[in-house]
Amino acid sequence: MAGRDWNPWRRLLALPNESRTKTVIVAFLVSAVCAALVSGATVMLRPIQTANRAAEEQARIAALVQGIPGMATLLEQSGGALSTVVIDLATGRAATEVTPATLEATLNDTTNWTVLDAAQDLAGLGQRPDFAQVFLLRDNDRVSLVLLPISGQGYGGRIDAILALRGDMNTIAGIAVTRHSETPGLGGRIQEASWQGDFPGTELRDDSGEMRFAVARGPASTTYEVDGITGATRTGRGVTQMVRFWLGPDGYGPLLDAIQRQEF
Amino acid sequence: MPQAQTYWTTLTAPLIRQNPVTLQILGICSALAVTTSLATALTMSVSLTAVLTLAAGLVSMIRRHIPDTIRLIVQIVIVASLVIVIDQILQAYFAEISRALSVYVGLITTNCLVLGRTETYARHHPPLPAMVDAFGNGLGYSLILIVIGGLRELLGKGQLFGVQVLPLADAGGWFTPLSLMLLAPSAFFLLGLLVWAVRGLRPEQVEQPEYTPPLQKEPAE
Repeated sequence: MAGRDWNPWRRLLALPNESRTKTVIVAFLVSAVCAALVSGATVMLRPIQTANRAAEEQARIAALVQGIPGMATLLEQSGGALSTVVIDLATGRAATEVTPATLEATLNDTTNWTVLDAAQDLAGLGQRPDFAQVFLLRDNDRVSLVLLPISGQGYGGRIDAILALRGDMNTIAGIAVTRHSETPGLGGRIQEASWQGDFPGTELRDDSGEMRFAVARGPASTTYEVDGITGATRTGRGVTQMVRFWLGPDGYGPLLDAIQRQEF
Repeated sequence: MPQAQTYWTTLTAPLIRQNPVTLQILGICSALAVTTSLATALTMSVSLTAVLTLAAGLVSMIRRHIPDTIRLIVQIVIVASLVIVIDQILQAYFAEISRALSVYVGLITTNCLVLGRTETYARHHPPLPAMVDAFGNGLGYSLILIVIGGLRELLGKGQLFGVQVLPLADAGGWFTPLSLMLLAPSAFFLLGLLVWAVRGLRPEQVEQPEYTPPLQKEPAE
């Protein structure tokens, strides 16, 4: 008769499957191996994913600018490049201490975020950064186009987009959705050019200055509306609220005012 | 060789005769959601087949040591980890398609097809047959996805893999796209027709009616 096996691994394997010790140890081992697998894959692939996202955002900004009528020629006249400015959202002026290079580090510091209360928080964000990077195009000292990154809560998660406004700061020149997790085929259609094509020319405020922009339920009926997507009411409302929040007083409002007063 | 013969049967049975989608009606949620174009259907098929095959291999390898009480949890954990890894790989190398698939890659975890195969087959067979069986089932699922995806893209946009195949009426051709094909209900219609066609050709797949209505006595007029 063979003596007791002192190799703990073999003793573990020899235990009956129903034993409590083996159940716990097997559960632990499986979880540990799976955790290592998932963490390893995530950590190793993260740099590639980040690079992908950055490249994609650049491509979308380029596509957005190209898609605006007359923009290609305007770009050529102004040297073919947009200027990048970091804005202090509270004052609406260019931030003095933060540059695009240091923006990410600045936003990692939670003191540079403002918590929004329920009444302000139209877009369902909870908090908003104090600084944001915007892109400006100038035409003889006047800002002729501004690209504003915006984000808000959709149906399936956060929606990130870039909204382009014409020089009057009241007419939308275009929109590009950079990230979303809406239902494919329904809310996910906000990434399609056919839906985004309805934005150019849409106005934000009426003559009295009241915000009127909305994603309609169904086809748009006024110049302040864009067509809604059937079956994606909540995605549409998310986009409405997101635009209203970011162009309102708690978002880029101060910046838009400053540009309209030609102080920028 | 009888051994190779068995593997061949295990591999090919799920293609039509035991197809997981049309016969067992498993995993149709994703089958309907990602089939608006051939490219997404194909990526989904490849992802599911990879996850299924690897999960079957892993489960089968430790099959003698999975305690019965926690076997479902162990299987789900293995499947979920594989799905996350595949999702990360897609996000890194196929960012465009990964966005189109969005949540459905993650939902492979809860696809009944995967758990069904690991639970009923991989747990009782050695790794190689288990992986062959899983691969065959993955192919069966892929076949349906690709057929439906191809039909929907062709009829809905007149394209295959994003290449215009049928000349559109807008561009001077003769084909008017059926926008219905791009919406979810059309996938139900196509799947229903497909099941009908398969069962029409193979009457042995037709299920027995669960309930026979009693003979109706016509009320006297």
